Amino acid sequence: MSFQTIRNGFLIALCSVFLAACSSTGKDDGSASGATGGDGYGSGVSTGTADDGGAYGDDLSAGGTLATVFYFEFDSSTLKPEARAALNGHAQRLRSSPIYVRLEGHADERGSREYNMALGERRANSVKEFLVLQGVDGQYIEVISYGEERPAALGSDEGSWAMNRRVEIRRR
Amino acid sequence: MFKRHVFLVFCLLTAWAVGSHAELTIEITSGQDNPTVIAVSPIKEKNGVLPEDISTIVSADLERSGLFRPVARQNMLSFPGDQSEVYYRDWRVLGAQYLVFGNSERLADGRIKVEFGLAEVLGEKVMLAQTVHGRDDSLRDIAHYISDKVYEALTGIRGVFSTRLAYVTSVPAASGRMVYRLMVSDADGARERLMLESTEPLMSPAWSPDGKELVYVSFETGRPAIFRQKLSDASRKQVTNFTGLNGAPAWSPDGRRLALVLSKDGNPEIYTYDFVSGEFTRMTRHFSIDTEPNWTPDGKSIIFTSDRGGSPQIYKLDVASGATERVTFRGNYNARPRLAPDGRTLVMVHRDGGQFHIASQDLVTNDFRVLTSTAMDESPSVAPNGAMLLYSTKRGGKGVLAAVSIDAGVKFFLPARQGDVREPAWSPFL
Repeated sequence: MSFQTIRNGFLIALCSVFLAACSSTGKDDGSASGATGGDGYGSGVSTGTADDGGAYGDDLSAGGTLATVFYFEFDSSTLKPEARAALNGHAQRLRSSPIYVRLEGHADERGSREYNMALGERRANSVKEFLVLQGVDGQYIEVISYGEERPAALGSDEGSWAMNRRVEIRRR
Repeated sequence: MFKRHVFLVFCLLTAWAVGSHAELTIEITSGQDNPTVIAVSPIKEKNGVLPEDISTIVSADLERSGLFRPVARQNMLSFPGDQSEVYYRDWRVLGAQYLVFGNSERLADGRIKVEFGLAEVLGEKVMLAQTVHGRDDSLRDIAHYISDKVYEALTGIRGVFSTRLAYVTSVPAASGRMVYRLMVSDADGARERLMLESTEPLMSPAWSPDGKELVYVSFETGRPAIFRQKLSDASRKQVTNFTGLNGAPAWSPDGRRLALVLSKDGNPEIYTYDFVSGEFTRMTRHFSIDTEPNWTPDGKSIIFTSDRGGSPQIYKLDVASGATERVTFRGNYNARPRLAPDGRTLVMVHRDGGQFHIASQDLVTNDFRVLTSTAMDESPSVAPNGAMLLYSTKRGGKGVLAAVSIDAGVKFFLPARQGDVREPAWSPFL
């Protein structure tokens, strides 16, 4: 099964979720059960449940079991293996229970500020691309870069810089 | 007795001036090997004490250029108010090569008239004599005007003491959030004025060529967007609101366009924006990062940073044809280019042995030079006379502004009192 098929199946499931979400004003379209949508994914992908999805909406880290910050090397936007592992978990949950998320890209303080803005965006985009390849609908993902403007650690040392070269996934 | 009294008043005034005006104070770390010795005699106040000590400001201006060493006031033997009171031997014995003297008079209409002169001590002749008028709130302007005239008479280069600086500060607030401020001050750091305050990041201030407006990036909408703002009435207007990056605005020399960065097409590209037609024109087409555009003084080319060659380097783009050539080849990190007004001296952020410094490259001879020896140097901005550049650096874990002459001989810090200061933008001549 190709990614495309998985993705198409997923899109259908996603649309029904979206409809279900939009219908909170009281229209009954009877599609709420479609939100679990596991059958759209195909056999190659493990699925989550709708209940998990509900919890996901409030807590992106799934009770602290899933990393929400992914770190990078200097001047690099290549995902590290640990980031891929965590992102697989996010992808799974986002597929089963799509919510709008925001990927915030950051850079360390070294080098020039606008170049770091671009670098932060490139990092956030590489996370987005990974999630999309795992079947998450890109429309649910907003990418923003803060460059070096919002450091997580304020020091000027390798430890702080490593903490600052990151992408954070947040609920939009 | 009278002199001592005057001196005391002067001290009090100075203390007041420093406390109330100078958020940034100057600290010179390196000057010219053989600075010209100049004496700036206190302005003789004919009727009434002025609220600012003009001579001290002039003296500090000249010292900050690194080309002059002022004579200490307490060593002066006389305070001439005009040419007839100048006794050249008083200045010769102090080793002064030049003397600035003057007097002030409050006129009936409340204005202040200042007469000043510049004399060559050995030749015993007055080189310059002028009269300026102002009000109580423009005495610093008068002082910087005098500094500009003296500097130009002695170096042949137009002075930049009357220009201004824009920069960004960030200070942690009580809430734990950062407060970002866009500030404008005199070139000596005095008369700091708040342009904009936000709890979201502010970035990349740049001047309009007439010095009346700033463009900058603000995250106040939750995303980066470019704004323009008038200095006179603080009125502002949002220029861009695209998905993705909206950054690095640079005003064209003719004032009609902006160069900027947008990533709405998927990755950062250089665009121009025409203020009259409202049209955006895409200038680069490359899957790599293209950012930090800056116009050449003739407005025909844009220099910018790109990592299309595998590492950030400086490129030059012909606006009419789109032809692009790589300009820097030294090292594997050259970014944030700015050109001196001569259109020939390129300054940039350069990584040298793991450290980020400001470097210059002569675009004709390709002479390459690292100008700074501080750490984490970024955001170089060249003075409109091309003699110096400002940049931001880290000192004691804090972002501070520093300056270096284009020949690297003169260096000084402008340390801030509070928080981080960064992204200096030197105004054009005003």
